[in-house]
Amino acid sequence: MALCMTSAPSQVVPSLIRIATTCCCFSTSKTHYEIRNLARMRIVDNSAIGKAAAEIGKPPRVINVYNRKNVGYLGDKVLVTVKGEMRRAYIVGLRQKQKANVPRMDTNNIVLVDDNGNPLGNRIHVPIPSCLRGKGGDITKILSLATKFV
Amino acid sequence: MAAPMAQLCVNLLPKRLGLMSQHINCSCVFFSSSSPLRQPKPLKHVVNYQRTRAEVARALRRKQNFLHHEMVDKHRASPLQSGTAQISEESGEGAPREYRYVMPEFLPNPDFQYRDKVLEKMERRDMLRRRAVIDIPEFYVGSIMAVTVSDPYSPGKTNRFVGICIDRGGRGLKAYFVLRNVVDGLGVEVMYEMYNPTVHSIQVLRLEKRLDDQLYYLRNAPLEHSTFSFDTQPVNLPRDAPVPVNTTKVKLNPKPWEYRWERFNLKGIEPLPLTAKMERGIKEHAKPWEEYDLMLKYRQTVNEDEERSIMTEVFQENSRIEGERKSSRAVLRRKK
Repeated sequence: MALCMTSAPSQVVPSLIRIATTCCCFSTSKTHYEIRNLARMRIVDNSAIGKAAAEIGKPPRVINVYNRKNVGYLGDKVLVTVKGEMRRAYIVGLRQKQKANVPRMDTNNIVLVDDNGNPLGNRIHVPIPSCLRGKGGDITKILSLATKFV
Repeated sequence: MAAPMAQLCVNLLPKRLGLMSQHINCSCVFFSSSSPLRQPKPLKHVVNYQRTRAEVARALRRKQNFLHHEMVDKHRASPLQSGTAQISEESGEGAPREYRYVMPEFLPNPDFQYRDKVLEKMERRDMLRRRAVIDIPEFYVGSIMAVTVSDPYSPGKTNRFVGICIDRGGRGLKAYFVLRNVVDGLGVEVMYEMYNPTVHSIQVLRLEKRLDDQLYYLRNAPLEHSTFSFDTQPVNLPRDAPVPVNTTKVKLNPKPWEYRWERFNLKGIEPLPLTAKMERGIKEHAKPWEEYDLMLKYRQTVNEDEERSIMTEVFQENSRIEGERKSSRAVLRRKK
């Protein structure tokens, strides 16, 4: 009995620590899955920094959305923190409800780019919404890495 | 005490029966005087001769909004009426009952607040026009489908997606369905509008039903349950076979979930390990009275007469389109 009693809190404690160290353990905008500041994303390219962040289990957080509404939509540019560094990225997949013929993904996906708009990785291993091909600008560089369109 | 009572009853019964038989005999005699026995009475207007002459005259005089039976019979028998019976039979030809489930998007919103009969009629016409151009097959939630959409940016100009139908809804031209599949380990869902002009083709690869009306719980199930190959070949059911129901039970992932699935009374998932808190939640949010709420059912369903009239219209128009198609095909064959 005593062992059980001791083992139960030890399982709870790490999660408590995580709550205390990161700002919030649950999504604050879950109902709409909106990409606002501090929303957690998933890096889907094969950049080294993205892999390292996934390994330590700390997903990148959005700290700025480069549009007027400050809510990120498909193809928007965002500023994220990855392992304590600020990086720019493009949103290439959303959990949010989408319009007809636009895919809705199970995760919020981003692809990291450097300051010139060139992607950090050289391969994307998830499908990319086909509707992004209509957008010009730096996002075309990302689309050239994609293997599959939905 | 019981035995004498029973005897009394037995004594009384024959008397009563006798009385009744007398009565019956009397009545028979009474009627037999006017018509011969054991012959079906001819359907004819019989004048009550027990009336006084003044009453009879009043009954037989020419009145407004009154047609004498003989006059009606004469009109029915006249050669001018020959075609009318057929027309009435044709209009009585209704759609089969399954139409409600095969094409539910033709039914209007049961809420009267959102009704507009003119708009509905026009939408129905547009939908049938669209159906004359592309084939929208019968499908249900749980069917495996393939949709090809025109895509201005793709090299082949079309985009094909295969997946399981997890939801279906909308009315009129806004009718939609949602497909789900796993592509490269990532769950992808696409909502398609059935009457969207960018849709090239809708194909049902495997026609089947599931136990639930919506399969959004597949988002919280292992990915293998929503993984379907893009090269799946269509499986044809034998003609007039009932739609098979897939009774697989899905085991959900542990929490966190998208919704509190334990509260939805889902049939397509394995029983969940419930905590005390979850049970309390189920109890608090259960609505057992809705099962007996007749008004709720009435408000949520379209009136049966209305449904019949709409579906008859759709059925007739559909069969007309099919007939035209067949004839055009025959013409093409002859030209070849």
